[in-house]
Amino acid sequence: MSLDYKVPEFIIERDRDKCIDCQVCERQCANQVHIYDQDLEKMVAQDIDCVNCQRCVKLCPTNALTIRENPSEYKKNKNWTGNMIENIQKQAASGGILLTGMGNPTAKKIYWDHILLNASQVTNPSIDPLREPMELKTFLGRKPDQIEFDESGELKDLPPQLELDIPIMFGAMSFGSISINACKSLAQAASDLGLMYNTGEGGFHEDLYQHGERTIVQVASGRFGVHNEYLNAGAAVEIKVGQGAKPGIGGHLPGEKVGAEVSKTRMIPKGSDALSPAPHHDIYSIEDLRQLIYALKEATDYKKPVSVKIAAVHNVAAIATGIASAGADIIAIDGYRGGTGAAPTMIRDNVGIPVELALAAVDDRLRQEELRKNVSLVVSGSIRNSADIVKAIALGADAVYVASAALISLGCHMCQKCYTGKCNWGIATQRPELVKRLNPEVGAQRVKNLITGWSHEIKEILGGMGINALESLRGNRLMLRGIDLTDKELEILGIKHAGK
Amino acid sequence: MAVIDAQGVYYRELNQRIKELLARGEREITLNNINGQRYIGDGLTEQAKLIINGTPGNDLAAFGNGAELVINGNGQDGIANTMNGGQIIIHGSVGDTLGYSMRGGEVYVKGDVGYRVGIHMKGYQDKQPLIIIGGTAGDFFGEYMAGGRMILLGLDRAEAQDIVGNYVGAGMHGGVIYIRGQVEDYQVGQEVKISGLDEDDRKELKGYLSGYCQEFDYDLEEVLNAEFCKLAPCSARPYGNLYAY
Repeated sequence: MSLDYKVPEFIIERDRDKCIDCQVCERQCANQVHIYDQDLEKMVAQDIDCVNCQRCVKLCPTNALTIRENPSEYKKNKNWTGNMIENIQKQAASGGILLTGMGNPTAKKIYWDHILLNASQVTNPSIDPLREPMELKTFLGRKPDQIEFDESGELKDLPPQLELDIPIMFGAMSFGSISINACKSLAQAASDLGLMYNTGEGGFHEDLYQHGERTIVQVASGRFGVHNEYLNAGAAVEIKVGQGAKPGIGGHLPGEKVGAEVSKTRMIPKGSDALSPAPHHDIYSIEDLRQLIYALKEATDYKKPVSVKIAAVHNVAAIATGIASAGADIIAIDGYRGGTGAAPTMIRDNVGIPVELALAAVDDRLRQEELRKNVSLVVSGSIRNSADIVKAIALGADAVYVASAALISLGCHMCQKCYTGKCNWGIATQRPELVKRLNPEVGAQRVKNLITGWSHEIKEILGGMGINALESLRGNRLMLRGIDLTDKELEILGIKHAGK
Repeated sequence: MAVIDAQGVYYRELNQRIKELLARGEREITLNNINGQRYIGDGLTEQAKLIINGTPGNDLAAFGNGAELVINGNGQDGIANTMNGGQIIIHGSVGDTLGYSMRGGEVYVKGDVGYRVGIHMKGYQDKQPLIIIGGTAGDFFGEYMAGGRMILLGLDRAEAQDIVGNYVGAGMHGGVIYIRGQVEDYQVGQEVKISGLDEDDRKELKGYLSGYCQEFDYDLEEVLNAEFCKLAPCSARPYGNLYAY
């Protein structure tokens, strides 16, 4: 057998003065990095298996552990970086496709960080949200051409709307890619906060049906767990065409993750691979998309808005126009930094475009085509904090999907190994002994705390601008300025440079 | 039994009238002069029967779950899309993408079918969908197939006409396809193995075909009295070793 050239990515440093050999780290590590050596009578570590998920560090009762990047460096080379060399070694050993998890970590420009928000000074005084009403309520769905009231004063013929107390929804993550306790945490938080939870393509677990009014059920190319009851159990139906982390390709949930519960929820045999084809085989054109949208509307008696989720790609504005014309009520656009449970590394890091540019282009085009009121726009990939949300709304979004940030609030430390199924935080795993580490009640509370904090921040930022309703910020790009951006970037974003 | 004259009626109104009749307890509805109306029988969960005289439009019985549909005519594309249960009997030929992701129920087609039929058909426990086709099929028959049964008979076809196109069962990882006749290696996906029938297969086939032959008035023994081949996946996990960890 040839050498596999593998070196540890991380080095575990144990402070021997602090370590009490309690073996907590050993019990906590599903990668079996920490081992108590009976002969030496002390803890030792297999650095090579460490993924740097920080579980042992955070749970060590004496703070004895530190994890560092392996300081061993390859000869400096801007082209052939250490990462490139290691990837090639990995493929030379296996012949496989490089696989990864979570969002694109590469050092490409993050446009949110080049956009600044406005605040009122002297004129149009700022508002204090702690003492004055501040409206974040958002309705997603097709808006009518004109408003008519019936005799009792109710709106007539209003197309179905999703009502959100805060313009945030939890992005699609299937049961299978994440654990049932992670699903329960998100669904409970969505119910309590008046947001939406999204099933992803994993079916709808029976324990989650109680959150149906706060659930978007997804229909993707594999149609796992999709049937009439499923379609009518949620508040909206989402057709997943694409995902920012892997535009243009399907998904494979490996058989190892298809245990009894996942099998039941997806309605596929235990242990079988769940293959989602790259396209929906009933959608080869905009006309076909319209057909599926209306098939879903027929199956749900026109009571649920239908969303279409796409990845942000080069012609996103033209594609979104087609989707709006096809009769979608909501368009969700997932940027190239969006997360995933598993994606080929080359695709995640090289396919798609930033959501900030996609959003600006789509909002512009839909306005030019006079289609903007026909659809709501939801963006994701990635929304990291409340300022990103405010910037997205000002660029033209109606709401955002938040997924990675929600998982981080549950304990994720971005080790990007979701695809191994050995998530020590009980999130991206189906192993019962790991899943139970995430208490869904505690999880829900942590997610709620995060969103509550964000909603306070959004109100503060709005108040600072002298705005008391989010609706007044929607598409209001005068509230944005760019820094360190080229004229072309400013033109696409439709914003002025700072100082102008 | 209720009757609707669908001449010139838009699909949305037609489907609403069908649902209203079913909600009132009607259990059998005859639809006359059907001419391309889409989504008939979509999402129906009732144990009801729709008799369709004419040519229904796309996505017939999509997301269906229990109703029985008899089509006296041809069908179009997307019939039984993601169907979970029920029965569809078509006394004619149909277009593309019949039974996409179908999980339960039965579809009998007397004539030919188009491309991509039975794509990603799947089975789960007692839900084992069945499609039986009397005529021929186009390319990508049973692509991504994950469960259930498809039977292709190729009856009454011209001598020169192939019973099925290319890429049969590409990506197949479950279920079984029976074909009355032979297929060449080049016609099937690399994930498929072709074999003859054993005693159990013959018994199973006979069981499936008896209802079909009765429905369309074929002699069961005559239909069975031919060389069949069986297409099954080589592996339940064709892409298990695709990745570098």
